[in-house]
Amino acid sequence: MFDFGLVTNWFNDLLLSVMPQWAATVIECVIIGVVLLLAYALLALFYIFYERKLCAWFQCRLGPMRVGPWGILQSFADMFKILIKELIRLENIDRFLFALAPYLVIVASMLCFACLPWGNGLQIIDFNIGIFFMTAASSIGVLGILLAGWSSNNKYTMIGALRSGAQMISYELSIGLSILTVVVLAGTMSITGLVQAQADGWFLFKGHIPALIAFVIYLIAATAETNRGPFDLPEAEHELTAGYHTEYSGIHFGFFYLAEYLNLFIVSGIASLLFLGGWMPLHIPGWEGFNAVMDFIPSIVWFIGKAVFISFIIIWFKWSFPRVRIDQLLTLEWKYLMPIGLFNLVLMTLIVVYGLHF
Amino acid sequence: MVNIQEKISAWAPSATFEEGEVLCATVADKEWYKLAEHLKNDLGFDYLVAVVGCDWGETLGCMYYLTATATETTISVKVETADRENPMLHSVCDLWKTALIQEREVFDFYGIVFINHPDMRRLFLRTDWVGYPLRKDYDSNPELNPIRMEDEPNEDASFVCREDEKGNVTKEEYNIFNPDDYVVNFGPQHPSTHGVMRLRAAIDGETVNKVVPVCGYIHRGIEKMCESKTYPQTLMFTDRLDYLSAHQNRHCLCMCIEKALGIEVPHRAKVIRVMMDELMRISSHLLSYGCMTMDMGATTAFFYGFREREQVLDIFDKTCGARMSLHYNVIGGVVNDVHPDFIKDVRALCAIMPERLKEYHKLFTGNVIAQGRTKGVGVLSLQDAKDYGVTGPSARAAGWKCDVRKRIPYSVYNELEFDEITMEEGDSFARYLVRLKEIEQSVKLLEQLCDILEKEEGNEYIAPKVPKIIKLPAGHWFQQVEASRGAFGVYIESRGDKSPYRMHFNSPCLNLIGSVDKCCSGYKIADLITITASLDYVIPDIDR
Amino acid sequence: MKSSDFKDNEYIDQLVAELNASGANVVVGTLDKLINWGRANSLWPLCFGTSCCAIEFMHLGAARHDMARFGFEVARNSPRQADYIMVQGTIVYRMAPVLRRLYEQLAEPKYVIACGGCAVSGGPFKGSYYVVEGVDKILPVDVYIPGCPPRPEAMFYGLMQLQRKIKVQRFFGDVNRQEKLKDFIAANPEEADAMK
Repeated sequence: MFDFGLVTNWFNDLLLSVMPQWAATVIECVIIGVVLLLAYALLALFYIFYERKLCAWFQCRLGPMRVGPWGILQSFADMFKILIKELIRLENIDRFLFALAPYLVIVASMLCFACLPWGNGLQIIDFNIGIFFMTAASSIGVLGILLAGWSSNNKYTMIGALRSGAQMISYELSIGLSILTVVVLAGTMSITGLVQAQADGWFLFKGHIPALIAFVIYLIAATAETNRGPFDLPEAEHELTAGYHTEYSGIHFGFFYLAEYLNLFIVSGIASLLFLGGWMPLHIPGWEGFNAVMDFIPSIVWFIGKAVFISFIIIWFKWSFPRVRIDQLLTLEWKYLMPIGLFNLVLMTLIVVYGLHF
Repeated sequence: MVNIQEKISAWAPSATFEEGEVLCATVADKEWYKLAEHLKNDLGFDYLVAVVGCDWGETLGCMYYLTATATETTISVKVETADRENPMLHSVCDLWKTALIQEREVFDFYGIVFINHPDMRRLFLRTDWVGYPLRKDYDSNPELNPIRMEDEPNEDASFVCREDEKGNVTKEEYNIFNPDDYVVNFGPQHPSTHGVMRLRAAIDGETVNKVVPVCGYIHRGIEKMCESKTYPQTLMFTDRLDYLSAHQNRHCLCMCIEKALGIEVPHRAKVIRVMMDELMRISSHLLSYGCMTMDMGATTAFFYGFREREQVLDIFDKTCGARMSLHYNVIGGVVNDVHPDFIKDVRALCAIMPERLKEYHKLFTGNVIAQGRTKGVGVLSLQDAKDYGVTGPSARAAGWKCDVRKRIPYSVYNELEFDEITMEEGDSFARYLVRLKEIEQSVKLLEQLCDILEKEEGNEYIAPKVPKIIKLPAGHWFQQVEASRGAFGVYIESRGDKSPYRMHFNSPCLNLIGSVDKCCSGYKIADLITITASLDYVIPDIDR
Repeated sequence: MKSSDFKDNEYIDQLVAELNASGANVVVGTLDKLINWGRANSLWPLCFGTSCCAIEFMHLGAARHDMARFGFEVARNSPRQADYIMVQGTIVYRMAPVLRRLYEQLAEPKYVIACGGCAVSGGPFKGSYYVVEGVDKILPVDVYIPGCPPRPEAMFYGLMQLQRKIKVQRFFGDVNRQEKLKDFIAANPEEADAMK
C-alpha cells in the first residue's frame, strides 16, 4: 500500500533545505488550507450532483442532464448563481448573530473535515484524541443552527431552531455511545490508531454483534445529526417552509446548503473510519491474490468509496421514508437508541475483557 | 311527504308550501329556529346539505337543503327577510355545524347577519371590501374597491349578535385570538396547504390549540359571473372549481340543466360520462396519494402516483383534447364521441392498476413511520362528519355511507356493481386507505363500463333535441353528484331567462375546511399537515 | 399558429453571438457570460401555485417531464432562496398584496413568469369583481405562458425563453424592472436610499 507520508515528508525536507522551520510550517499550512477548501467545495458540488442523480434514479426520472455532459456542470451553475445572488438586508433582526450563524456551521463542518483520514499518510492533524476532537467540533454546528433560527426573528425559523436543538443534543448521546463502543474495541482514540487496528479486519467484522448494533445506531443517529430525512425536522420543508434557514439568501444560504451535504460526507466518513476500516482495503484472510489486488487500489479511493457508499444508504432512506414527528423522534432516542447503546457498550466491554472478538 | 308537511305546519303555522322536486317550505324567520330544532330532533334531519343565499329582489334570504340520512328524505326550507338595510336571520349553526361556515358565506355575499352565529367575519372578501357582491343592487364601480396593495385591517376582529328574551339584538365585538396566543401562519403561500389556503394556528410549543382557516385567496366570484352568462357558458366554470373532479362537476351542472329542460340523455352518452367520472376519480385519488406522501416527507411515493396519473391524463388527452380543464360534457350529452383507442386504453389502465396499488402499499402504507404518523391522528367521528356535513372519502373513513352514487343513483350507476368503501376509525390513516380502495372500485366500475360501451348499439353521444338557445323555465333545481371529494351540488334558480338568476355551487371542500379546527386541535404541528393532506381539499373549490 | 413558427427563437442566441463578437471586453465579457450561464442554468422556482396550473407544474416536476433535467429542480419554499416566481393561477384582490410581498422578498436577480390565462390577463375570469386581470398589473413580468392550463411542454418552452432572456440580460438589461424601480422611486422619494 502506497504511503502518502513519503510524499509529504519529501516536500517538508525540500522546504527545510531552503528555509527555516517556521517559514516551512507557514507555507505548508497555507497549502493545506487551500487544498482543503478546494476539496471541500468540490466534494460538496459532487455530493449535490450525486444526490440529485440518485434521487432521480429512485423516482424513475433522469435528473440533471442538460448542463454539461451528463449534467455534471449542474452544480457548478448552481454555485455561480448562488455566489452572486443578492444578500437581503433584513430589518428587525440580530445582525451580528444572523451573519455569524452560517460561518459557525461551515467552520464546524470544516474542522471535522480536516480530521478525516484520507489515505495512508494523508492526514492533516493526527493527535491521540482525534475522534474525540471530531465529536466536539461537530457539536459547534448545532450552535450555528440555533443562532440562525433565533436571530432571524421569524416564527418558522424559531420552531426549526428549537426542534434542531432538542434533536441534536439527544442524538449526540447515541453517536457518542456508539463511538465509545468502537473505542473500547480499538483501545485508542487516535484516528491513525483506529485505522491501523483494522488492518487485519474491519471492526464491523471483528466486533461482530455489538459492532453491528453500534453501526446501526450510528447510522440512525448520524442521519438525525445531519438533519436529513426522515429526521429533517429542523428544515421540514412541508411544515416550516425551509426551517431555520428560511430567511437566508444568497451565499449565506449557500453555506447552509454546502454544509448539509458536507456533513453527510463527514458522518459517512466517520462511519467508514469506525466500522469499515477507514482507508484500509478489504482483506480476506487466506486469499492472497485477492488481497494483493485490493492493495493495488489507492487508499484514498478506498476511503472516499466507502464514504460514498454509506452516503448512498443514507440518501436512499431519506427519499423513501416519511418524516417522523418530534415526539416520535425523541421517543426513539431516549427510549430505544440510548438504552440499547448503553447496553451495547457494556456488552462490548465484556467481549473485549474476555477476548471474544476476532 | 304529506306527513312531513303536516308536521311542519303544526310547528310553524305561517309556513307555506311549494311542491317541486323536493318539498319546499317557506317559513318566517321568527319560527325558523324552533322548526329547525324539531326537524333535527323529531324528524331526524341530521345532515344540512346546503345553505344557499339568495336575493329575490324584494327580499333577501336563504334556502336550506336538509336530508334525513336514515330515510333519505330531502326537504328545503326557505327563510327570508324584507329588511334590505340591516338584514338579520336566526342562525342554525348550533344544530348543524355545517352552517358555521356556510352562513358566513351568505353573510359575505349578501350581508345577512346571523343572530347567535359565533363568528361573523367575512369569509372570502377582504375585510375592507365595500358592499355585498351577490346582491342584485351591488355597486360594481371599481373605484369603490380598487386593487389594494396594503394588508387587510383588523383581520382578527369578529363579532357576534345575540338576542335576549325580549327580542333585542346586541352586537358584541371580540378578537378571535387571545392577546397571548402564539399564532403561526401557514399560508397563503405554503407548500403544504395545497394552494392558497391560509391556516392560522395558535400553538403552544409543538401543540396546536386552535386553527382558524382564512379562505378567499382564490375567490374568483364564479357565482356572480354565472348570473351574466348563458347556460352553456356557465359550464366552463365547473372545470375550474375543483379541477381534480372537473368531469363530475360538469356532469352535475349538465344534469341539473337537463333536469330543468326535461332532456333525456342518450344511454351511450351516460356511459361515457360515467367512465370519465371514474377516470377522474382515479386521477384525483392518485394525486391525493402523491401529495399526502410528499407532505409527510416520502417524496418518492409522490412520483409513483404521478406516473399512473399521466396515463389517465393521456386517455383524457386523446378524447377531450386537453389534460386538464377538459370541457367534455355539454348539455344533452358529450361534446364528441370517444377516441377509437379509448376502450383499449382504459382496459390497459385497469390491467396495471392493481399491481401498481400493491406497489403503493409496499412503499408507504406498510411503513412503520407512516403508520405512526397517520394512525389515530385527526380523528373525525361519524357524528362529527354528519354535523360538519363532511362527505366523500373523508366521511366514509368515519363509517358514514354517504356516497351519492349509492344514495341517489344517477346516470347509469344503478346498472353497475360496486362496493361503497367504509371504515370505522375516521383517522388520517383510514382516510388515506379509503382513497386507495376507491381506486380499486373505480377500476372495477371501468371494467364493467368498458363491456357496456362495447355492446352499446346506439351511437348517439348527444341528445338530438337540444334547443339552440337554452332558456330554463322559472323555478329552482338542485342536483348532487359524487365528486372525488364528496357530494357536489348545483343549485339553479331561473326566472325564464337565457342566464340563471342565481347559480350556487355547493362544494364538498368548503365543509372539509370547516372541520379543520375540529380535526387538528390538540395535535402537533406536523399532524396539522398530515390531517389537512388526508382531508384532501382543493382550494378553488372552497373559494369558488 | 403554424408549428414552424415556434422554431425561430434561436434569433436571441444568434443575437448574443453577434453582440459578443462585436467588441465586448474579453475578460469582463467572459465573466459575464459565465455568470449569466450560471443564472440561466440554475433557475430555482418558488413554489407558488394558486390553481389548476399548479397541478400541471407538479406534472412538470414529475417523472415524465422531469424539469430537473434542465436544472429547474430545486423548488424552494422560501422566497429568499428562489430565483423566479411562476405565477400559476388566478390572482385575486386578497392575494395581490401577498404576491407583491413575495416578489419583494425574492433576492435579486429575480424573474416573473405569468403562467396560464388567469395570470396573463384574468383569463376566463375576466370581468369578475375580485380578479386581478393579469399579474402585470402588480408585478413586472418577464415571460408569459398562455394556456388554460398550459401543457407541461408549453411551460418548458416558457422556461427556456426565460433562459434565453437571461443570457442577453447583459446587453439589454432587465428593462422592465429598472423602469418599475424608477417609477417607484419617483413616487416614493423617501424610499430612494433603501432601494439603492
